[in-house]
Amino acid sequence: MNLPAVRAIYLFEMSRTFRTLLQSVVSPVISTSLYFVVFGAAIGSRMTAIDGVDYGAFIVPGLMMLTLLTQSIANASFGIYFPQFTGTIYEILSAPISVVEIVLGYVGAAATKSFVLGLIILLTAAFFVDLRIEHPLVMALFLVLTCVTFSMFGFLIGIWADNFEKLQLVPLLIVTPLAFLGGSFYSIDMLPPLWRTVTLFNPVVYLISGFRWSFYGTSDVDIWVSLGATVGFMFVCAFAIWWIFKTGWRLKP
Amino acid sequence: MPPVISIAGLSKTYGTGFAALKNVDLEIRKGEILALLGPNGAGKTTLISIVCGLVRPSAGTVTVDGHDIISAFRATRALIGLVPQELTTDAFETVWATVKLSRGLFGKRRDDGFLEKLLKVLSLWDKKDTRMMHLSGGMKRRVMIAKALSHEPEILFLDEPTAGVDVELRQDMWALVRGLRERGVTIILTTHYIEEAEEMADRIGVINKGELILVQDKAELMASLGKKQLTLLLAEPLAAVPEALSRHKLDLTEDGLSLVYTYETHGERTGITSLLQDVNAASVRFRDLVTDNSSLEEIFVSLVTERA
Ligand SMILES: Nc1ncnc2c1ncn2[C@@H]1O[C@H](COP(=O)(O)OP(=O)(O)OP(=O)(O)O)[C@@H](O)[C@H]1O
Ligand SMILES: [Mg+2]
Repeated sequence: MNLPAVRAIYLFEMSRTFRTLLQSVVSPVISTSLYFVVFGAAIGSRMTAIDGVDYGAFIVPGLMMLTLLTQSIANASFGIYFPQFTGTIYEILSAPISVVEIVLGYVGAAATKSFVLGLIILLTAAFFVDLRIEHPLVMALFLVLTCVTFSMFGFLIGIWADNFEKLQLVPLLIVTPLAFLGGSFYSIDMLPPLWRTVTLFNPVVYLISGFRWSFYGTSDVDIWVSLGATVGFMFVCAFAIWWIFKTGWRLKP
Repeated sequence: MPPVISIAGLSKTYGTGFAALKNVDLEIRKGEILALLGPNGAGKTTLISIVCGLVRPSAGTVTVDGHDIISAFRATRALIGLVPQELTTDAFETVWATVKLSRGLFGKRRDDGFLEKLLKVLSLWDKKDTRMMHLSGGMKRRVMIAKALSHEPEILFLDEPTAGVDVELRQDMWALVRGLRERGVTIILTTHYIEEAEEMADRIGVINKGELILVQDKAELMASLGKKQLTLLLAEPLAAVPEALSRHKLDLTEDGLSLVYTYETHGERTGITSLLQDVNAASVRFRDLVTDNSSLEEIFVSLVTERA
């Protein structure tokens, strides 16, 4: 294991984050606050509590997930897309490192950034609503799993994308709709039966449901199913990355 | 001494179906400077890219310091520094950050003192906090070299290092290369400036259309392929080579004012004496006489066109 290389990539990527600290932190905080103002204060005041949880508080886990998913994907995909676009990736590919070090460095940095962002949003949320976290360890686990898994997913998108449009395509066309329809703002029990069944094919449902369970002890699907689905998706992403580096797909002619 | 890089039966066919390298065998000796010459698209960059791990070979093997470049890539890549042909830089990063990244990537412990010395040698020290996008092309090229040397490689690949570089930087660069060689670093470079290969290299390889058509010691190459030309500048123009001189291989220039005689320097007899006697006998008068050594450039052009 080439630890100096992991360290070098990680620090290099983190310094990029610090350089763009304002964009990377301020904008998600602002958008989350807007959600709280609109959904929590304005609309939430007219909503009844769901499963005994105040509506404003109910949407916190879903909102965090929404931001974590989009930010993890955006960070990680850009992190690897950019060197491919400029050509500086030659150095990574000619270095004595394997896919493990590359992923630890790039995905590690992107996940760290999302994780910190998640905490910041949690703090922001605490300003607006009464938060309670019944299972803090499970919450932390979900937070880490989500950041890592979706950073890996973003990493894949970054390698796959060969232009800026494609880089935006998946987050915009797939992830955001799935997150919105995944129960960020409602319990899937509120849906008519047919739609509830359809929704169960949406992987984000498991993520949000499990995460919400760690806060309030109530969930749409069993917590173990949520955990299993998330870990499963992580392994799918890990396998896909391993395959890409093994075959050189998109990376080496 | 075993070669430091050993290439056997190496071929590359790109996804497009284009065969960029065809069955190349090459052994590179430790500590030498090998210049690879060849026209655009000959396969020089492809060859270098395979050794460095950027392109997957279609067939054949490459070992570096005895290790296979695929199964033991960590061992081989750690020894190699690469300055690619294209100038690619992280526009928003500082010189210092990119050089530090390079050292780390190749598994070396942090050593700011070494990097400082390196940047000073390359006259980049005062630019260390400048972002890459604010550097001139020549400075970027120096940064690429600094990156390649940041991890103290034993083998250095320079893919057209002096393309678009001014005279001063070029001389700096050659001084650097000589210094590296003195320390035992093996250097493989490609260039289109033949005088550069002539001046710098110990050995010269010529690639054309994916085939390595020749690898030879520079001095030997120049001697064995070297031809000399004797040019007689005539007092009066001739319409054709006179019949009396037809047994000598002579060319008449278009203006009819010079007769050119080409001969091999390593031949037993140059044939000059008899030529001059015949010229006298044919009463062809000449004003002056000039001789020329063929340069590597002419050798190169003749090699490449011969096989075209
Ligand atoms: N990724 C690729 N896919 C398909 N063909 C390629 C690829 N890279 C290079 N080639 C082709 O392979 C041939 C050799 O290219 P290469 O870059 O090795 O040449 P070169 O000798 O370095 O030329 P130059 O002096 O112009 O740098 C060229 O015909 C080129 O078009
Ligand atoms: Mg080239």
